[in-house]
Amino acid sequence: MDEARISRHGSRARLWLAGGWLLIALLAAIFAPLVAPQDPLAQDLMLERLPPFWLGGAEPGYWLGTDSLGRDLLSRLIFGARIAFIVAFAAAFAACLVGSTLGLIAGYFGGWADRIISRIVDVWMAFPPVLFAILLVAVLGTGLSSVIIAIAVIDWTRFCRVIRAETMGQSRMDYVENARIAGYGRIGIMLREVLPNVVPSIVALLSLEMGIAVIVEAILSFVNLSISTDDPTWGGIIAEGRLSIHQAWWVLVFPLVTLILTVLSFSQFGEGLRARFDPVLR
Amino acid sequence: MNAPAKPCLDIRNLSAVLPNGLRVLRSVSLAVEPGEVRALVGESGAGKTMIGKAVLGVLPPSVRIVEGNMLLEGEDLGRLAPKARRTLIGARTALIPQDPLTALNPSRRIGPQMTDRLVRILGWSGEKADARIRQLLDEVQIRDPERVLKCYPHELSGGMRQRVLIAAAFAAEPRLIVADEPTTALDVTVQKQILRLIAQLQREHGTAILFVTHDLGVVAKISQKVSVLYAGKVVEEADTAALFAAPQHPYTLALMAATPRYTDPFASLKPVDDKVLAGLAAEIAAADQAWRRPHG
Amino acid sequence: MVEPLFSVRGLKVALPDMTRKPLIGRAPLAEILKGLDFDLPRGSVTGIVGESGSGKSTLGRALVRLLEPSAGNVMFDGRDITHLPEAELRPLRRNLQMIFQDPMSSLNPRRTIFSIIAAPLKQNGLGDNLKARVAEALQRVGLPQSFAGRYRHEVSGGQRQRVGIARALALSPKFVLADEIVSGLDVSTQAQILTLLEKLAAEMGLTVAFISHDLSVIRRLCRQVIVMREGAIVEASATDTLFEHPRQAYTRDLLAAIPLPEIDDAWLLPAPKAPA
Repeated sequence: MDEARISRHGSRARLWLAGGWLLIALLAAIFAPLVAPQDPLAQDLMLERLPPFWLGGAEPGYWLGTDSLGRDLLSRLIFGARIAFIVAFAAAFAACLVGSTLGLIAGYFGGWADRIISRIVDVWMAFPPVLFAILLVAVLGTGLSSVIIAIAVIDWTRFCRVIRAETMGQSRMDYVENARIAGYGRIGIMLREVLPNVVPSIVALLSLEMGIAVIVEAILSFVNLSISTDDPTWGGIIAEGRLSIHQAWWVLVFPLVTLILTVLSFSQFGEGLRARFDPVLR
Repeated sequence: MNAPAKPCLDIRNLSAVLPNGLRVLRSVSLAVEPGEVRALVGESGAGKTMIGKAVLGVLPPSVRIVEGNMLLEGEDLGRLAPKARRTLIGARTALIPQDPLTALNPSRRIGPQMTDRLVRILGWSGEKADARIRQLLDEVQIRDPERVLKCYPHELSGGMRQRVLIAAAFAAEPRLIVADEPTTALDVTVQKQILRLIAQLQREHGTAILFVTHDLGVVAKISQKVSVLYAGKVVEEADTAALFAAPQHPYTLALMAATPRYTDPFASLKPVDDKVLAGLAAEIAAADQAWRRPHG
Repeated sequence: MVEPLFSVRGLKVALPDMTRKPLIGRAPLAEILKGLDFDLPRGSVTGIVGESGSGKSTLGRALVRLLEPSAGNVMFDGRDITHLPEAELRPLRRNLQMIFQDPMSSLNPRRTIFSIIAAPLKQNGLGDNLKARVAEALQRVGLPQSFAGRYRHEVSGGQRQRVGIARALALSPKFVLADEIVSGLDVSTQAQILTLLEKLAAEMGLTVAFISHDLSVIRRLCRQVIVMREGAIVEASATDTLFEHPRQAYTRDLLAAIPLPEIDDAWLLPAPKAPA
């Protein structure tokens, strides 16, 4: 009982901390033009490599310092959050929709449907994901939508595998037979009885996937395959920061910290949500 | 010779609570004399399994013993250092579990699983342990011990697995065996064979058994003494013969009337009267109040 | 005219045997039911008893057509339902109801008790007056109306089984299969559930197949009994005949193995198999 209470406290704290960070980042992204202290693209060579506010030589209004072209780091991070969140939501939802649907079908109907879908997943997962993404973007051309499509195309298998297993477990429950006894058809049972019981897993996975999408987008920008280099992306900023690590460490460290916090928050938020709202979890 | 022998197990006034303060064992007292079978009967939530776990020292960490003593052949378990307690319990007691499948490690063969305990805890040599196990397998009427020792648990039927566990329990010559619903998962015909085996080995080895069950039928057949539990409280204790001849507590009576009997279908399967349950609730509340007063 | 509700001839069911499934390819079929012949008369409770592996649950599932027989035929209410496809079965489902062994698993954790009981009503064209019908079903099984809004984890084991009964009987079905419905319950709760089912079966004139491993329970509840072993019928007769004059040795063994709650010193002696 004690452990249960502690873990419940733990899950609540985790939910609030992760949710809080995500909310701040999301609001910043939505209201970026209002919140950002500077124009993220404005270059000023007089202001290059300003340190963050607590170090000597900092300029007011440039809280986290500037990069080698004199662009305000905080503003770039805030505008970068826009792209990160657009990619996170769009790619994760697309992957979720495809993967969960196929997983539900494979897990519930079994037989041939399962065999075909499972084989496709096996083959799909044999591709190294990052190389696959680079290849896809190379074919589709760089740009926001290519990044989103690439992530969805690669990562739907994650949903498919987990949801299939979960659905198979739920389908063995007597309530599924009970619904047949009540006169429901197969698809009705799948949607009405089974789906609500796999939703918590879908939600947790969705949140996790958003974090993964943020990382993949950062990787693609890092290798310059995301969107145009002018637009600030977290991965792009990290790539630039790497070049000036000895002169201006903050250009590398702040976007990295932002990225890690965001990805961690996505995964913790999903788990926390599941623990909190699943009446069946003991 | 006429001096009264020490009970094999003597539980005095044992109370245990959950972290939320709920008492799960309510001043339980019971004794198991050497070579005797005491049944512990009750419905789910009565705390019967909890008592067995307390004796074996395997209570879940959330359950805290707040009062009382447990004496194993006169030695107070509560006063021993944890290591000494484990050694004593390991040497003198054994468990026949409810579910023979989960009690065995699925990825190891039966043979080493059975000898392990004898070698590790009792420090026997491998050959001695092996010989002992074979002897016990013979006693539980396993005809081809060679094959069984080489099997993995899932390759045996439920009845066979339970035989193996009974053999393992008796192998170390424990003074006390805790049998936790050992036949609940079995078919009736297998249950009868297993009960018969337990009774026979118990007689031959003179082992005392604390037999946890929910089935009054099993109580009647296997035990000499019985304690009836409700909500962690012993509501009645008696010689088994006396209990069935003339149950005293209304709950015992109600339980007997609820137990199905094919010989008398319409006098059995009587739902428990609400008045009995109300009486029990009052009894428990009164006991708790009396208990809280000195304990703050 | 006393045509039986169920008339079963030569019923065989074969299921894939997963323990013998090869690494690649299909699992071989194992014959679970090996040709059964019996009738279930209308308006009475028939007990189906057997130990694990006897095929009694498979038989039940074949009767309500959760499984499709591999041979033989099953006549229900004058109609051959042996190989009816799911879509044609659906209109018959109303009359082929089932109460499950484990109410924890048979009630959807994410639905309220109201929704659980209402589902079969809606699905079978009884969606009008839903509130009143559910209220009546709850009342019939002795549950307070306030239970309608609860979830399965918020009620006790006995109450959950009452919900299972309410759901099955809400449709006033011609046939109800009760599969080990009390084996997970405490004796006191078991007695309550059985007396409830006994009362409702009599009041509603239900035809019930009552599957159980416990002959004592069967004797109380059933008018006739089918004893099964390893997929075949060992003995089938009227309850009193079966208990007073069991013809088969296996039936006698089953009876003798039941530990009655009474002192009998001879019971545990390694004695012959004759009943005491």
